[in-house]
Amino acid sequence: MSEAAVTDSGEVLPAGMNGVVSDFSADKQSFHVPWGKAMMWIFLLSDTFIFSCFLISYMTVRISAVDAWPYPSEVFALSFGGDPIPLILIAIMTFILITSSGTMALAVNMGYRKDRKRTFWLMIATAILGASFVGMQAFEWTKLIVDEGIRPWENPVGAAQFGATFFMITGFHGLHVSAGVIYLLVVAFRVKRGFYEKRGGNYEIVEIAGLYWHFVDLVWVFIFAFFYLW
Amino acid sequence: MAYVSIADRDHEIEHHDPQTFITKYIWSQDHKVIAIQYGLTAIFVGLIALALSVMMRLQLGFPDSFSFITPESYYQFVTMHGMIMVIYLLTALFLGGFGNYLIPLMCGSRDMVFPYMNMLSYWVYLLSVIILLISFFVPGGATGAGWTLYPPQAIAPGTPGIELGIILMLASLAVFIVAFTMGGLNYVTTVLQARCRGMTLMRLPLSVWGIFMATILGLLAFPALLVSAIMMLLDKTILTSFFMPAMISAGEQLSHTGGSPVLFQHLFWFFGHPEVYIVALPAFGIVSDILSTHARKNIFGYRMMVWAILAIGGLSFIVWAHHMYVSGMNPYFGFFFATTTLIIAVPTALKVYNWVLTLWQGNIHLRVPMLFAIGFIFTFIHGGLTGIFLGNVVVDLPLSDTYFVVAHFHMVMGVSPVLVVFGAIYHWFPKMTGKMYNETLGKWHFWMTFFGTYSIYLPMHYLGFLGVPRRYFSMGTTDFMPESAHTLNTSITISAIFVAVTQLIFLYNMIVSLRSGKKSDPNPWGAATLEWQTPDNPPKHGNWGHHLPEVHRWAYDYSVPGYPDDFIPQNVPASAEAPAGRDHGIHH
Repeated sequence: MSEAAVTDSGEVLPAGMNGVVSDFSADKQSFHVPWGKAMMWIFLLSDTFIFSCFLISYMTVRISAVDAWPYPSEVFALSFGGDPIPLILIAIMTFILITSSGTMALAVNMGYRKDRKRTFWLMIATAILGASFVGMQAFEWTKLIVDEGIRPWENPVGAAQFGATFFMITGFHGLHVSAGVIYLLVVAFRVKRGFYEKRGGNYEIVEIAGLYWHFVDLVWVFIFAFFYLW
Repeated sequence: MAYVSIADRDHEIEHHDPQTFITKYIWSQDHKVIAIQYGLTAIFVGLIALALSVMMRLQLGFPDSFSFITPESYYQFVTMHGMIMVIYLLTALFLGGFGNYLIPLMCGSRDMVFPYMNMLSYWVYLLSVIILLISFFVPGGATGAGWTLYPPQAIAPGTPGIELGIILMLASLAVFIVAFTMGGLNYVTTVLQARCRGMTLMRLPLSVWGIFMATILGLLAFPALLVSAIMMLLDKTILTSFFMPAMISAGEQLSHTGGSPVLFQHLFWFFGHPEVYIVALPAFGIVSDILSTHARKNIFGYRMMVWAILAIGGLSFIVWAHHMYVSGMNPYFGFFFATTTLIIAVPTALKVYNWVLTLWQGNIHLRVPMLFAIGFIFTFIHGGLTGIFLGNVVVDLPLSDTYFVVAHFHMVMGVSPVLVVFGAIYHWFPKMTGKMYNETLGKWHFWMTFFGTYSIYLPMHYLGFLGVPRRYFSMGTTDFMPESAHTLNTSITISAIFVAVTQLIFLYNMIVSLRSGKKSDPNPWGAATLEWQTPDNPPKHGNWGHHLPEVHRWAYDYSVPGYPDDFIPQNVPASAEAPAGRDHGIHH
């Protein structure tokens, strides 16, 4: 590591901060990645700000709400015939979504190995896991709305902002997951049909779709922590 | 697997020129056509906003003389004027218009990296404009909440346009943000990833730097506006209480409870302050290039200028609450935000010094773009200095919500960027159209606009010191306003009408020159940047013919001793430069 850094083109970089600047501002391109991947990273940065604004707004209204905030382990409990088990549904949902990140990572690997069949099936598995996450979310919403009378504008268990923030933020995240499922399906079927073979056999797109998917996953971890564990 | 950059690939991507009128000019994926579509649409809505400002001034200058201006419609004019000018004109014109036109040409690229998405960006922007304009014609009319749309009044009974106007405004903003994101991702990725051979970041013209940083600010700041728009839409349509506290309006208890209006202000200004720099940074960059070109002298302190743009961009995210000194937020915040506000003045002042030092001992050609650029230095220093007043809490408190504030922000982010817009149009018009305009008319346009706007905004500072509040429909008779202040208001209105009418000269000049202007030289100003070195004028689809250019020097080689011309284009090899190439210390 102590040797002088050399760029791809063989240029020796100056030491220290100047070297960092020269490297980053080198000609033609700043990052050795395809355009689509660079653009997806930038988009995800922007999307991070959207979710951050949502979550910070949630924390603000929760802290400043005039009525008591409902107790999460009671509101989000589910009973299977016997006593209610706190957070059981959400634990399953989180497990499913994180598993889908695993299958996605395998799909990216298979994509780079140009194993189209396995890439296709792993992406389909990811999409199915994602769709089942959205399905369980729909079930949770139904339970909260129909059984417990929680509405965005009021609820019987405490501050009105509880329902408002919960439906808005999980809804916005659910839309992201749904869009991701569609995106994955489109790419998966293109992989299967050999669409990318005609474009020089480049499967970077699987990784780009994967970046989005892992991001949606990561956002869920924060939503999970702030809504269900706080 | 190593990734090969586009400039290094063996085979150039084949370009199929669009053939039909529709694919060439309507559903076009050419960045230059999209830029012109963006520009024309933005100027069109800008003219509507200009007309609205004249209506406001008519009421203020001649109170109660016009029966068609009611208090409700006055507030609608104020709101729509502000929102259109800031978002739909300036943001769209600088980034969608000049960003689209200049980035690929100045970076030596064939187009944006994803042209189809770029095209979608324009059509979604047009959709947002249409939604916005529809709001004038719905029952209840457009929203009259003020351009900041502060709750609770934005959606509480008593404010004009709470029926549908506010919903359409928020929806239009959300659509605009989608459009901007699609375009913005393209601009940033193109600058980072698709430059031609030899074009290092530290050789980029400052126009590209300004637009690039402004786009990054947009991508990180618009999310806050999107989130606040969604939350207010929910407050309005399904009666949630994000921003709405429990309140009694017109004797009736509203169903909202426990919301936080200050939260909206924080979200709005977390967007709103970077927005000031989204408009200002492209203007800074473009002005730097115009000054350097027409002074025949390299820009003073190029590296400093770049770092100042980056520093301003970073700092612009931590100054937002200086808009909120009187909002009722924690008073200790004022100390922090006043400090950061004064710190951001340092890189900004540095840029102003460098512009002036660029002019110093330059071979100044007072052509039309140069006049506008120098005019910008005046108005920007003026607006910047009043900003220092308002950035300090104790000075801001008495001046808050007076005409002093109106004068300040119109000087700094109204007149200044608009002067740059005009300067840039005059500068690049020969490249965009291949025609030359009438320079005499252009000079008349400048002097009348420059003095006209000064006679509008200079007196407003005085009205502000008197304590005349802004946004009032009618002042009536008060003890603190002498008769002279009322006369001043009339004079301001006359100036405003004068300036508005003056813009017809500009429109006339542009339209006539487009139809029958004389053919322009491919590089009429002798500029060194790449966009003037294209094989065709105006550049065709794909910009560079068969071969991408190769860059050997920075963008500011003007009046280099020993070289026959007084400028060296960026794509001229170093060996062409007579006696032993001079070291500019920029990049090798």
